[in-house]
Amino acid sequence: MTNELDIFVGNTTLIDEDVYRLWLDGYSVSDAVARRVRSGILEQTGATAAVLQSDTMDHYRTFHMLERLLHAPPKLLHQLIFQIPPSRQALLIERYYAFDEAFVREVLGKKLSKGTKKDLDDISTKTGITLKSCRRQFDNFKRVFKVVEEMRGSLVDNIQQHFLLSDRLSRDYAAIVFFANNRFETGKKKLQYLSFGDFAFCAELMIQNWTLGAVDSQVDDMDVDLDKEFLQDLKELKVLVADKDLLDLHKSLVCTALRGKLSVFSEMEANFKNLSRGLVNVAAKLIHNKDVRDLFVDLIEKFVEPCRSDHWPLNDVRLFLNQYSASVHSLDGFRHQTLWDRYMGTLRGCLLRLYHD
Amino acid sequence: MPGKLKVKIVAGRHLPVMDRASDLTDAFVEVKFGNTTFKTDVYLKSLNPQWNSEWFKFEVDDEDLQDEPLQITVLDHDTYSANDAIGKVYIDIDPLLYSEAATVISGWFPIYDTIHGIRGEINVIVKVDLFNDLNRFRQSSCGVKFFCTTSIPKCYRAVIIHGFVEELVVNEDPEYQWIDRIRTPRASNEARQRLISLMSGELQRKIGLKVLEMRGNAVVGYLQCFDLEGESGLVVRAIGTACTLDKLSSPAAFLPACNSPSKEMKEIPFNEDPNPNTHSSGPSTPLKNQTYSFSPSKSYSRQSSSSDTDLSLTPKTGMGSGSAGKEGGPFKALLRQQTQSALEQREFPFFTLTAFPPGFLVHVGGVVSARSVKLLDRIHNPAFVGIMGNTRSYKLLDWNSFNADEPETRDAWWAEIRQEIKSHAKALGCHAVVGYSESTSICEEVCILSASGTAAVLNPRFLQDGTVEGCLEQRLEENLPVGCGFCHIPYDELNMPFPAHLTYCYNCRKQKVPDVLFTTIDLPTDAAVVGKGCLIQARLCRLKKKAQAEANATAISNLLPFMEYEVHTQLMNKLKLKGMNALFGLRIQITVGENMLMGLASATGVYLAALPTPGGIQIAGKTPNDGSYEQHISHMQKKINDTIAKNKELYEINPPEISEEVIGSPIPEPRQRSRLLRSQSESSDEVIELDLSHGKKDAFVLEIDDTDAMEDVHSLLTDVPPPSGFYSCNTEIMPGINNWTSEIQMFTSVRVIRLSSLNLTNQALNKNFNDLCENLLKSLYFKLRSMIPCCLCHVNFTVSLPEDELIQVTVTAVAITFDKNQALQTIKTHVEKSLQRASTDNEELLQFPLELCSDSLPPHPFPPAKEHLESASSNSGIPAAQRATSVDYSSFADRCSSWIELIKLKAQTIRRGSIKTTVTVEKASPVAEGNFRNRSAPPCANSTVGVVKMTPLSFIPGAKITKYLGIINMFFIRETTSLREEGGVSGFLHAFIAEVFAMVRAHVAALGGNAVVSYIMKQCVFMENPNKNQAQCLINVSGDAVVFVRESDLEVISTQQPTANCQPLCTGGEVTT
Repeated sequence: MTNELDIFVGNTTLIDEDVYRLWLDGYSVSDAVARRVRSGILEQTGATAAVLQSDTMDHYRTFHMLERLLHAPPKLLHQLIFQIPPSRQALLIERYYAFDEAFVREVLGKKLSKGTKKDLDDISTKTGITLKSCRRQFDNFKRVFKVVEEMRGSLVDNIQQHFLLSDRLSRDYAAIVFFANNRFETGKKKLQYLSFGDFAFCAELMIQNWTLGAVDSQVDDMDVDLDKEFLQDLKELKVLVADKDLLDLHKSLVCTALRGKLSVFSEMEANFKNLSRGLVNVAAKLIHNKDVRDLFVDLIEKFVEPCRSDHWPLNDVRLFLNQYSASVHSLDGFRHQTLWDRYMGTLRGCLLRLYHD
Repeated sequence: MPGKLKVKIVAGRHLPVMDRASDLTDAFVEVKFGNTTFKTDVYLKSLNPQWNSEWFKFEVDDEDLQDEPLQITVLDHDTYSANDAIGKVYIDIDPLLYSEAATVISGWFPIYDTIHGIRGEINVIVKVDLFNDLNRFRQSSCGVKFFCTTSIPKCYRAVIIHGFVEELVVNEDPEYQWIDRIRTPRASNEARQRLISLMSGELQRKIGLKVLEMRGNAVVGYLQCFDLEGESGLVVRAIGTACTLDKLSSPAAFLPACNSPSKEMKEIPFNEDPNPNTHSSGPSTPLKNQTYSFSPSKSYSRQSSSSDTDLSLTPKTGMGSGSAGKEGGPFKALLRQQTQSALEQREFPFFTLTAFPPGFLVHVGGVVSARSVKLLDRIHNPAFVGIMGNTRSYKLLDWNSFNADEPETRDAWWAEIRQEIKSHAKALGCHAVVGYSESTSICEEVCILSASGTAAVLNPRFLQDGTVEGCLEQRLEENLPVGCGFCHIPYDELNMPFPAHLTYCYNCRKQKVPDVLFTTIDLPTDAAVVGKGCLIQARLCRLKKKAQAEANATAISNLLPFMEYEVHTQLMNKLKLKGMNALFGLRIQITVGENMLMGLASATGVYLAALPTPGGIQIAGKTPNDGSYEQHISHMQKKINDTIAKNKELYEINPPEISEEVIGSPIPEPRQRSRLLRSQSESSDEVIELDLSHGKKDAFVLEIDDTDAMEDVHSLLTDVPPPSGFYSCNTEIMPGINNWTSEIQMFTSVRVIRLSSLNLTNQALNKNFNDLCENLLKSLYFKLRSMIPCCLCHVNFTVSLPEDELIQVTVTAVAITFDKNQALQTIKTHVEKSLQRASTDNEELLQFPLELCSDSLPPHPFPPAKEHLESASSNSGIPAAQRATSVDYSSFADRCSSWIELIKLKAQTIRRGSIKTTVTVEKASPVAEGNFRNRSAPPCANSTVGVVKMTPLSFIPGAKITKYLGIINMFFIRETTSLREEGGVSGFLHAFIAEVFAMVRAHVAALGGNAVVSYIMKQCVFMENPNKNQAQCLINVSGDAVVFVRESDLEVISTQQPTANCQPLCTGGEVTT
């Protein structure tokens, strides 16, 4: 006796959160059943494995049918086929678009293309996330990217509107889209210690200050592309390190202000020129796409690592960066105060976030 | 030309991509009704077209309005090749033809294609203007209301229950026409869908005509079924109960009914009382009215219409209510003669209702059923061959005039079976059959027709009139002890139709009751029950040799009696095992397949306080000398006793102990007996009466004399009780639970198993079938575990045998959660019970004061509900409803007079349709309903789809149904040629059923409703051909679209209530004096 056909359809579509999680994680029906058995559900409910199998199949079928709608969440809200309470709809969408930290770190900043998709096998092996789940997450990134890539208006708002995600998740997706578009390198070994949260934080600051949208809210791609003019102008900052007088003056201003306040004062004093050169050169190079991609690598090499090797406490880094940016205003010969603020304000935030073990 | 249908196509959304190049669609819409077609403009390059068309107007006969569906086809425009169809929407416009149902159909409908399923949605607005038609020979029956609900709908009052109506129409099945070989599956499916839609429209219209002839205005318990006879054709048949309904506007909640008293009535003392006629006034024609009471559908002649015809044109003619109160006692003898003679005229005193107003049901005799095996012949009708493409040819469906041959045959078959049922009822000393239903099972050319019902004696008081409640109280006290009256035997104790074991009623100790009671109806609300009920099923398979035609029919009819016997034995055993003594909602389904017969009986077991405690089950071995065998037997015995004890605890069955002396000496020779009087006949008409009683044994003894019997006992014990927190029943309400919360979940579950064809034995088959059902139930319990504590209500199992080795079981039910705290309460005493009953009665009455205010009358003498409650509690012996109604009489006269005024005012405009939009209506209903809807579906941030509840029950827990919008009766076919790609058979059917639900919900929402009650999936025919990667499925569903309001919301908006209620009063025009 075999079950040829076995279905359950409710007027209100039944959603089992645990099974949904298993489905999203890409487990096959039999794996999902095995996992459910291990969770002790049989003992709790007195059900048999056959019942569990049938139940899991049913849910998987429902999710499979829902998946098409989840690709365009507003459709899920307007469709008539599945009657699902709004709170459940929100849960379905949010969970579907949620992603694994381990996965996103592998893909962040990579081109969302077929080539990357081919690498998903390796990512799956490396992260222990099922290939199915990797594909879903990758496709989600790509889908969101495609939809909002060339759209006007705030990136976060666009994502929220077209995918009905929570504020938090929309911001994360904004970061993913921003990174994918600018192809920032995040995979280098020395960047491994950084979390997705660190990058997302930086992305948000950069979107707010360095993109076209930061100056003009009525252009296409405003939140995804960096403001080219701004990047162009950044080379003007070079004077801060090229002009020796200016550099010395800058150093003395910072040292005077920080004397006695830093536990690593001497190290700072010794390293000041190196650090300043590093930071200003990063700015000056951003005109080249390749250097934009290496932004994070450069920041780590030129600033984070030197400080870390001298064991700067985070608070000293903060005091230093504050003073370092503020002192420029007292440099009479320097004319690009606004530009400096736009650059350094964001960079300071990023560096503080990136500075940890 | 009495009607104008207006249609506007507003917009589409989520259309499929039809042009691969642009990923867009150039959509336009064809709107077709009858032979007229309109088209919208082509909306270029969009998946969300905004047509915003003009109003397309169709000027049509109301006859066509009833028969034809509105057909909307969405197409993709193609310059170079033929336009591609995207999909269709069929809209049944019947609900627009009643005066108080929906006034407009407006909303998003799923666009459905029989090959691709739902493909986007279309927004449509439909309106109907009906003109007054005085043609008395008309063929339409616009305005007759149809209800699937098998009780008097919640916001109506029955003035007269006229009786049984039936009709059937026959046609050739397009699937089996020669043209089907050359047309596409899509065209074939669409022809079939359209034909069935037409046939059911026609059927409904014809039944409506019969109802009008009987002076009724509604059909309650309407059940329409399709018999797919294959080669031999397609039969659409329907049965129902004709009634005259009044929108609830008076506190007389009692429904007066007409039925025939038969000679058995003599035993009922109050029958002889002269009937004090308190308020007869004015000239009346009581006799004339009375004759309609049991009017036979057939023998009724149309000539009776005369001057009344135009009255009957208005759906809510006052004939019933106007003269209802004017019958006098003196006519009684005459009446009885008439009704009795009516009975002798071979009419069917049948009622498809399963729940009745208190007092309607006097005694219940037991289940009566009849089956007949028939051979199907091809329906010969040359006129039909080859002209199906022409739509007008459908009009030829009037078979009675066109080709009297075939429907006559089908009619005769059913008439035969009904006759049998009637004679069975008579044998049980009953003059009526309630909870009546009919069904068929077809396999190749063999067809089993089945009918069953519950023999009953109905209250002759309802014969006279509906409003004489003055005398009722005292009578009830004397003769109808609360909660047990219906259990008392209707037949003569000395002349019993079958051996039975009678005792004095455990409740009133006055009348005799049987020891077990089987019925097909719902548990009467006033029945005294101990503990909770539970679902009891008997399952049975019998192998049968494959055979052809006659031989096959003979083999089947030879098997049937044994099946019935065994099903019955199983039911009895399981009932005893549960420690219960009565079955309600019994439904025995016998399904015929190529090589086997399946029997599935479902019922809800309860412990009726009036009936004696059931005895245990004893096991007796046949070889008493074998020691180990003895041991085995005693072990089994112990297990059975333990199970009974456990069940008693589980279902809280602990009836008050009554010593034997108190009860009086029970009638000697205690025996088990059955109430199932059945028969079955082959074409030869031979009738075998089966005595299903188990001889004259002192207790229920199971003899284990062979392995078969052993199996039986084992299978008894394998039924696992539902997990804790779950209850199940197949009736409307679960006895012993009354604290429902509002969370409901309706579902359909389908399972098909493939039997291993090798050496199948009856036992193996039985086990497989048993496991199938048990596993299915277990799955349901598991799936719905989040709803605990909960009860599965109206569990409806359907078995079919689509192929040799396949068994398909379809279950539809609703899970309702209940409040745990109250659920844990222990058994109530009888006093508490009746108290509760009184208060529920009062709840029902609550609406009257509200509605009375809406009459814009001076302050009413009718006491507020609270007083009822108090008085009811102080005097719990009498159901509150009755006293309430009697109180009201003081005010009856002046209410009448103001009604008259109201009617005069509205007289010009009361004819339906043309005044759909009187000022009152406009003002009243949209405001109130707008509020309702807002409340029932709280505006959520960005969801635009309103929630539509579906339930097989006639009510929605925690809510009040404020309006019935019309019947939903839909038929869909879905076919695929890419079964694997659609997820196999499960994926295919899962998607299809979800789509069917969606289409039902969309239609209800478009009517302005927020729920479907009495929902039923009447057919789910699934065929697959995995080798060809193909599958096809036919589904037929029906129900009543309603508007409900949460009781909690009701209080909030009670201020708006009067305006809301004004509407039915105004448009209904229920009073003519």
